[in-house]
Amino acid sequence: MTEIPKEEMLLKCPSTCAGCGSLLALRYILKAAGKDTVLVIPACCNSVIQGVYPYMLHTVPVYNIAFAAAAACASGMSEALRAKGQKTNVIVYAGDGGTADIGIQALSGALERGEDFLYICYDNEAYGNTGMQRSGATPLGAITTTTPNGKRVVKKDLDRIIEAHNLPYQATACASYPADIYNKVKKALSIPGPKFIHILAPCPPGWRTPSEKTVEIGKMAVKSGIWVLWEKEYDKLTISAPSRAAMKKPMPVIDYLKAQGRFKKVDEETAAQIQANVDKNLKKIAAEVRIQEETA
Amino acid sequence: MSDKLVMSTGNKAVAAAVKMAQPTVVAAYPITPQTEVIEAIADYVESGEMTARYIPVESEHSAMTACIGASITGVRVFTATSSHGLLYMHEMLHWAAGARLPIVMGQVNRTIAPGWNIWAEHSDSLSQRDTGWLQIYVSTVQEAYDATLMAFRIAEDNRVLLPVMINMDGFLLSHIMQPFEMTEPGDFIPPIHLPHAIDVNDPHGYGAMSPANVHYQFRFDMEKSMRAAREVIAETEAEFAKRFGRSYAPVEEYRCEDADVVIVAMGTMGKEAEVAADLLREEGVKAGVMRIRWLRPFPELNIAGKELVVIDRDYSFGFGGVLAGEIQARYPEAKIARVIAGLGGQEVTFEDMAEFVRSRKIGTEFWFGIPEEEQ
Amino acid sequence: MYEIRIHSRGGQGGVTAARMMASAAVKDGKFATACPFYGAERRGAPIVSFVRIDDAPVRIYSQIRKPDMIIVLDPTVMETVDVLDGLKEGGSIFINTHEDIEFPPQYKVYKADLTGIALSKNLVVAGSPILNTPVIGALAKLGLFTHESGKKAIEETFADVRNIEVAEKAFEEVTA
Repeated sequence: MTEIPKEEMLLKCPSTCAGCGSLLALRYILKAAGKDTVLVIPACCNSVIQGVYPYMLHTVPVYNIAFAAAAACASGMSEALRAKGQKTNVIVYAGDGGTADIGIQALSGALERGEDFLYICYDNEAYGNTGMQRSGATPLGAITTTTPNGKRVVKKDLDRIIEAHNLPYQATACASYPADIYNKVKKALSIPGPKFIHILAPCPPGWRTPSEKTVEIGKMAVKSGIWVLWEKEYDKLTISAPSRAAMKKPMPVIDYLKAQGRFKKVDEETAAQIQANVDKNLKKIAAEVRIQEETA
Repeated sequence: MSDKLVMSTGNKAVAAAVKMAQPTVVAAYPITPQTEVIEAIADYVESGEMTARYIPVESEHSAMTACIGASITGVRVFTATSSHGLLYMHEMLHWAAGARLPIVMGQVNRTIAPGWNIWAEHSDSLSQRDTGWLQIYVSTVQEAYDATLMAFRIAEDNRVLLPVMINMDGFLLSHIMQPFEMTEPGDFIPPIHLPHAIDVNDPHGYGAMSPANVHYQFRFDMEKSMRAAREVIAETEAEFAKRFGRSYAPVEEYRCEDADVVIVAMGTMGKEAEVAADLLREEGVKAGVMRIRWLRPFPELNIAGKELVVIDRDYSFGFGGVLAGEIQARYPEAKIARVIAGLGGQEVTFEDMAEFVRSRKIGTEFWFGIPEEEQ
Repeated sequence: MYEIRIHSRGGQGGVTAARMMASAAVKDGKFATACPFYGAERRGAPIVSFVRIDDAPVRIYSQIRKPDMIIVLDPTVMETVDVLDGLKEGGSIFINTHEDIEFPPQYKVYKADLTGIALSKNLVVAGSPILNTPVIGALAKLGLFTHESGKKAIEETFADVRNIEVAEKAFEEVTA
């Protein structure tokens, strides 16, 4: 079992919605990162969650920056700290809008340049901070305030975009699996260069789920295979344990969809398409692992 | 004297001054006509003449943001841009000033499209005048070098802690070659000390939610620093003159003392206007020139009893020339003939400027090159 | 103030010639500026650059309209460009040619075969003979700056000693 430090890096005063997946994830990210860390946060739920001046939630320095700007800010900060001989962890904590949409240019630039920082995207699959408008990461069929009848196109495959930059370390995670997050952040921070972790962060108000169901909903995402936990060190792909188990006999995606109010307008045809997309993706990942084993 | 002088473009003089100031981080994106500045810096870094880390970012928005991220760690930073690049930075210009970061930027004045046009105009930087940056407009290669050295000292002065933009006219100054003295600054620029630099042993939040009851205080603090910058600029320019023998003032006055009419302009037009004043003096017109160097903080002008011919190489649509508007707002009694000239690199000679003076009509606006009946 | 306009084609080194001319004048204790005129032209298109030499700092940035002298590095530009435009009455022309080219009689005309001089030393870069270093020698002979300062300006710009040799050859060969 992973020994996770008892010491809390977040004070007990967050102004999150009850059951916030992003805060749950951040709790373990900071436990893994420790005190020699600076957080860079673009506009997102976590700009608000951290409290109102002069109070703050975190026990590490937090640098807030404009929406599109997180990866560029972390680039400058990391270069300056390294120039001064400091090893301080620079961690971006950004939402899916700030990552997959408005911030993707700066992110792609920073990854291509090989900047030394960890970028973590907590993905609640919509613009949560402004009241749940659709983002590029919103899945097919999900109701948001700008897709009142459900989104008609599929979720942007952010991880494949990031993969195209050939990072030394890339992983996915889910707020419902804190030990997995802790281990992945630890490993990422032990590797120099650009690192990326994509965390699925269930959002009770946005996903229209009860606050106490956050962990359960996240686990259903993994068990159904609509969200797969894996990590990749350069070319070496490893499926994480919860997903390895899930991939043997995935739970039907319809159970995951039915547990959330945001999918209530999904008709049978769309549900079948979502299931087919999941099946295809799982096959693709399984094939990738198989080829890797065969060529090893 | 001639042995100490080197021939250089305005761009390369700025780069040379940056080399002297030895920033820790330079983040930049190329754009005509600024490109030569960052190419020269990239060369200095590659050859080891500069120890800076050069971040070849993917956009100007990221250039300014990377400067912000670096600056908050307490190190000296520099970037350069022009025109569309400056506009692309706009959001982060506010951020840099609001975060009280002493970033220094070389800015080459260029027109804004459409249509595509790479020549001199001041609309780019004047559209950023409310971002909280100090702005200086230079007129010679030597001045570009000297102003860049001084910019670091002024920005980093703890009474200021605001970013500084050094503006020079695209091609007219960025690419012209003039002899200049590459003065070694010695300890003229003290080591940087950023009082609010990030420190993991003393963690703070930066730029968190600030409600109305404190936000106006942050803004007033910026204005207080702008006001203090006047004194810091005066001190810095005096110290520069004492050490290196070249003196500057927020407004460079030329034959103004007994002048009845004064041309007011910025950048290279402000320098060439001196030749126009000489020409007018030969004709018996008591003419002078006020070349505005520091636009922010806005300087004091000695204009009592003088008519002004203000030449704006810019325009605020539905209002008028920006410089003329600012002067009129500060000095409501000022007698101003407003001239719009040099847009898109339009050629404006000292002879044209002399004619602006001869044919001036106080209280009117004249667009150079536009037929009388359309004015 | 002495104002010079240089006609060449993009890539022929007209801008560098302007810089070396200004630099040489400054070495003589004068003030000078060299000013390329940048258009949208690409390599091979006719371009102009300007040099101003004076006893006081040069304060003029606008283009030269009434030059005291024009320099034609590439005579083929005369097919499309009126190189004499604005040239002062009694002004000077220096042209790179080995032919006899007729100009109106009110101008003083000087010439040297810079192309031939460059080729004689095999001073060719990317298929084009170097014209901007021999021209410095020719102009020194015409008194724009001293031969010493001209050669120093070349040395600061180019390491290849043949650049000095062609300047010396042009200094000898320039004719009225």
